[in-house]
Amino acid sequence: MFMFSWLLKKLVVKLGYIANYGYTDGSGDYYLIVDTDKCDGCGKCVEACPQGILEVIADDYDDLVAIVKEEHRKNLKYVCAPCKPVSGPRDLKCQTACPTDAISHSW
Amino acid sequence: MEKGKEMTTEYFRWTEYTWKDPDIDWRKADTLVAGIDVGSVSSQAVILADSQIYSYCSTRTGSNSPASAQNALVKALGDTDIKQDDLPFMVGTGYGRVNIPMAKKAITEIACHARGANYMGGPSIRTILDMGGQDLKGIHCDERGKVTQFLMNDKCAAGTGRGMEVMAELLQIPIIDVGEMSLDITEEPPPVSSTCVIFAKSEAIGLLRSGWTKNMVLAAYCSAMAHRVVGLLKRIGVEKDFTITGGISKNIGITNRILKELGGIEAIPLEPDPQIAGALGASLFARDLLLKSRK
Amino acid sequence: MSTAGIDMGAQSIKVVILGDSKVLGRSLIPTGFEPLEAAHKALDEAIKEAGIPRDDVKRIVATGAGRKTVTFADSSITEVTADAKGVNWSNSSVRTVIDIGAEEARGISCDAQGKVLDFAKNDKCAAGSGAFVESMARALEINVPEMIELSFKSTQDAPINATCAVFAESEVVSLIHSKIEKADIAHAIHDAIASRVSSMVRRIPIENDIALIGGVANNAAIVDVMKKHLGVELVVPENPEFVSALGAALSAAA
Repeated sequence: MFMFSWLLKKLVVKLGYIANYGYTDGSGDYYLIVDTDKCDGCGKCVEACPQGILEVIADDYDDLVAIVKEEHRKNLKYVCAPCKPVSGPRDLKCQTACPTDAISHSW
Repeated sequence: MEKGKEMTTEYFRWTEYTWKDPDIDWRKADTLVAGIDVGSVSSQAVILADSQIYSYCSTRTGSNSPASAQNALVKALGDTDIKQDDLPFMVGTGYGRVNIPMAKKAITEIACHARGANYMGGPSIRTILDMGGQDLKGIHCDERGKVTQFLMNDKCAAGTGRGMEVMAELLQIPIIDVGEMSLDITEEPPPVSSTCVIFAKSEAIGLLRSGWTKNMVLAAYCSAMAHRVVGLLKRIGVEKDFTITGGISKNIGITNRILKELGGIEAIPLEPDPQIAGALGASLFARDLLLKSRK
Repeated sequence: MSTAGIDMGAQSIKVVILGDSKVLGRSLIPTGFEPLEAAHKALDEAIKEAGIPRDDVKRIVATGAGRKTVTFADSSITEVTADAKGVNWSNSSVRTVIDIGAEEARGISCDAQGKVLDFAKNDKCAAGSGAFVESMARALEINVPEMIELSFKSTQDAPINATCAVFAESEVVSLIHSKIEKADIAHAIHDAIASRVSSMVRRIPIENDIALIGGVANNAAIVDVMKKHLGVELVVPENPEFVSALGAALSAAA
C-alpha cells in the first residue's frame, strides 16, 4: 500500500508555476526565480543560503515549495550582494544546493 | 500597517460603491460565501451565491485590517438581509489578508486575482496585469485560472497608484481626471526620464517651469509609467488574452498607453468590475473549500 | 597656473579653484533649471573668491551627473574618478570612498594613488540619497538641521520598512499619527538611509580607511548611524561636498 501511494505520487505530475520574488526599480531587475514545477520543497536551499532569506511553505495550492521570505523581497539586491559582488566570482549557494535545478537569479 | 492611508489627499479619492444583483434569491442558493480583499488603499468584498456574484462593494481601507475587512463585508451585505452567520466560509486576500479574523483561510492576492479574472474574463485569459495602489503584479494563468507564473513589485512606487497620486497632488488635479487630461494633448511628449517618483517629481516641476501645460506633464508621466509597467510585464511575457485589474485599470491615460506599447493588443473587459477581481477570486476559493468540507 | 574643477550635481554646482597644490577658492550654487548659466556663475564666484584674474585659470575639468552640459570645460571625468582623486589628495590612507549626494550614492574602492579599483552606485532611485532625507524631513514637517538634532535625542527604535522614499513618506506620516516621538522617527529615517547605503557599499571590497563624502556627509546623524552599520570609523574630510570638484581640479592640473 505504501509502495503504491509512493508510486502514484511519483507518477502524478505536479502542475506548478514560476514564482518571481523580488522587484524592479530604477537600477534594474532583481528577482530570485523559483520554478515550482521542479521544486519539491526539500529545503536544501534554505539551509544553504548564508543570509537565511529562503523558507519552505505550503502554497495557495497546498504544495510544499521554497519561497523568498516576505521581508527580503524588497531588498534582494542588497541581501544577496555577498554571494554576487560587483567584480569577482559569483557563489550562488542556493542554486548549487538545489537538486532539481529549480532556482535562478535574474541578475 | 496603515501605509498610505493618511496620505490620501483631496486630489486622490477612491470612490466607494456597492452593487447587488436584484434577480438572485440568496435563500435558494446552496452555497453562500464571501471573499474579502483588504488592499493598501481600498478594500473589496464579494458575496457569492452558488457560482453567481450576488453583491459586492469597494471601500477605502481604514487604519487597521480587521476593521477594514469588517466594513467592506458590512457594506457588501448592505440592504440584503443576509447576516454574517449565514456565511459559512470566508476567504481573505490582499496585503492585509493575514489580519482578517472572520476569514477561515488567507490566500495570496496573486492566486485570487487569477481566479477572479478567469471568472470575469473567461477561460481564454492568460495574462493579467494588476495595478494596485501600492503594487504592480503580472500574472499568467491557465484555462482554469490557476497561476502559472507571477511577478510582483511592491518595492517601488513608480508604476503604482501611489506614484500617480504624487503627480496628481503636485499638479493639483483630481485623480479621476488624470486619464482624460493626459490624452487631451495635440502631440505625445517624450516620457519623463526618471523612473523614481521622487526624481520624476522634480523633473515635472522643471517641465512646468519651462512652459509645459499640466496635460503635457501628465502625458509625459503616464507614458513613463506605462513604459515601466510594460517593462515589468515583458519579464514574464504577454500571452493573449490579456486583461487589466485593479484601481488603475480605470485610468485610460495609463491603460491606452500600455496597450499601445504592447503593440496595439486588446484588453478583455472585466464585467462587472475589474477592481473586485481579488475579492471575487477569494470568494471562489471559499466556495471550493466549503464544497470540499461537505464531502 | 591655476585649474578649476566643476562638479555638476543634481541639486548644486560646486567649483574648486586650485593653484600651487592649494585650494584658492570655492563656490556652491543651486543647479536650478538653467545648469549652464549656473555653472558660469559658480565659476565666476569661485574665481572671485580665489582673488585671481580669470586668465590664470588654464584648464577646467567638469564632473558630476550633468558634466556634459558644461560646454566651456576643457574635458570631463566621471564622478567616480573625481571622488577617488579628491579624497586621495587629503587622505592617502583611504581605500574606500562612500559618496552620498542629493540624487545618488556611490561606493568606490581605490588604491594608495587614488586610482579606482572597483565601484558600485545607485543613481536611479531616491532610497539612499539626499533626496530621501529631504522628503522625509518634509513629511516630519521640520527642516533637515532640525531632523539631525532630533535624531540624537532618540531613545527608541521606530520601524520604517519601506525602501521606496514615496512609501517611506507614508510610513512616517503613519508613525506621527500613532504618536511615535519625532526624535525616534528622525533616527529611524537616518537609519533607513544608512542601511541602504551600507548594503550597497558591501558589494565592493571594504577596506580601511573609509571616507564619507558628498553633501550628506555634513549630516552628523547619518555619519553616526553609518559608523554603526559598517562597524568601522569613518573619515569625513573637510568640506565633504567639494571633494568631487577638487578631484576634477586635480585632474585638470595633472
